[in-house]
Amino acid sequence: MKQQLTPSDRNPKAAQLDEIVPAGEPWMGVIKQGHYFRIVDLEGNQAVDTLFYNAHDVSERYSATDTIRSQGNIYLTTGTKLLSERGSVLLTITADTCGRHDTLGGACSAESNTVRYALDKRHMHSCRDSFLMAISRSNYGLTKRDLSSNINFFMNVPVTPDGKLTFADGISGPERYVEMRAEVDVLVLISNCPQLNNPCNAYNPTPVRVLSWAE
Amino acid sequence: MTTAAGSAPYWVSWEELLHTGAHWSGVVRRGTTLRLTDVMGGANVSALFYNFEDFNERYNMPDTLKAQHTAFLTTGCVCYSDMGRIFCSIVQDTAGWHDTIGGVSNASLVGKKYGHTRFQEQRNNCYRNGYDSLLNEIAKYSLGRRDLTANINFFSKVTVQDNGALRFHSNHSAVGSFVDLRFEMNTLVVLATCQHPLDPDGAYNPRTVRLTAWQSGPAPKNDVCRSRCPENARGFQNTEMLYR
Repeated sequence: MKQQLTPSDRNPKAAQLDEIVPAGEPWMGVIKQGHYFRIVDLEGNQAVDTLFYNAHDVSERYSATDTIRSQGNIYLTTGTKLLSERGSVLLTITADTCGRHDTLGGACSAESNTVRYALDKRHMHSCRDSFLMAISRSNYGLTKRDLSSNINFFMNVPVTPDGKLTFADGISGPERYVEMRAEVDVLVLISNCPQLNNPCNAYNPTPVRVLSWAE
Repeated sequence: MTTAAGSAPYWVSWEELLHTGAHWSGVVRRGTTLRLTDVMGGANVSALFYNFEDFNERYNMPDTLKAQHTAFLTTGCVCYSDMGRIFCSIVQDTAGWHDTIGGVSNASLVGKKYGHTRFQEQRNNCYRNGYDSLLNEIAKYSLGRRDLTANINFFSKVTVQDNGALRFHSNHSAVGSFVDLRFEMNTLVVLATCQHPLDPDGAYNPRTVRLTAWQSGPAPKNDVCRSRCPENARGFQNTEMLYR
């Protein structure tokens, strides 16, 4: 499938937020309504596990099933409205130089690693551990029950017409990015994925960059 | 223990009919098999699972799909919790495909599609939606909106085309088709029989579903679900540690 790529003309030098998230680290921040948020895959083929919440009522959160049902397609790209479980739009993807992003693959966890790879992989660092540490240190009152099915920016999880689902080699590359406009004040929760057991990071987790602009 | 296709064993523990658009919840314990039967054909049963001893452990759609490299459920598949354990195993299935990605309808979707109804005029024929139905059931256990997760839609078939587009297959399930869920954990089962959100049928037409439960024992060593893939063998190991 040929991907439609949409670049953005926002200048990183003018960004009000510009941070590097190292591999295996979480990141949390609020993006105000009308502001633009960009995630850059600095070295390519990195999975960025991401959840969004209404910053004023975190019980309203991103819903993978509502998002894909509403647009009738499992892949996220420019034009996708990221819906909450109440059906309102949290963010809209406005630029995408990768082409498509996953929202079925979820986040890795110590427990799912024991199932997927081997019982002795439990000790390995995982996205859910990053999520849990980030929310436990924050004051939003979020707990494990708030970690619903997330987005994996830059990750490639194709589903075939006969229903097979695989983690395939990434379609992203160095400096590819995705940009979105917040439609309400949103709380962003990111785990820059530390998975070493499958090709979602090309077996080499790398840093990403997050930026935001007021317009 | 398995049963001849189409017939439940004579030692059935209980049976119950879920009316059209009904919501239901109950505890199904380890070693019990619960059969869902599509009485009229074309049914949809939205389902969520929670560990009855710790509601914080719940059905996890991505972990279920990733472990088994599948986007749908049928015989041999299991339903994973977010803690690497197995709530239930699909030991028999005559429908062939159960949807995992379509989610549920909500009040606004049902209102737009079928029209707005109220109890005052329609009594118990007023239109139900999946989101409110599941929320209503879990609230009986003091669970709330934060506890709703991506659900299973038994008897519904949604496929994904090469470009990622979703396709709903109307009337996928035939009259009398059934799926047997053998529970490997003590599980709070939450069900709603509202229509699938992608069902293009413009008429409000949810179907009746029969629940039949019996003692089957947990998964034997040579089980079809346990031996489906090494991932499931490890999932059963994780689950059995809870009951040692």
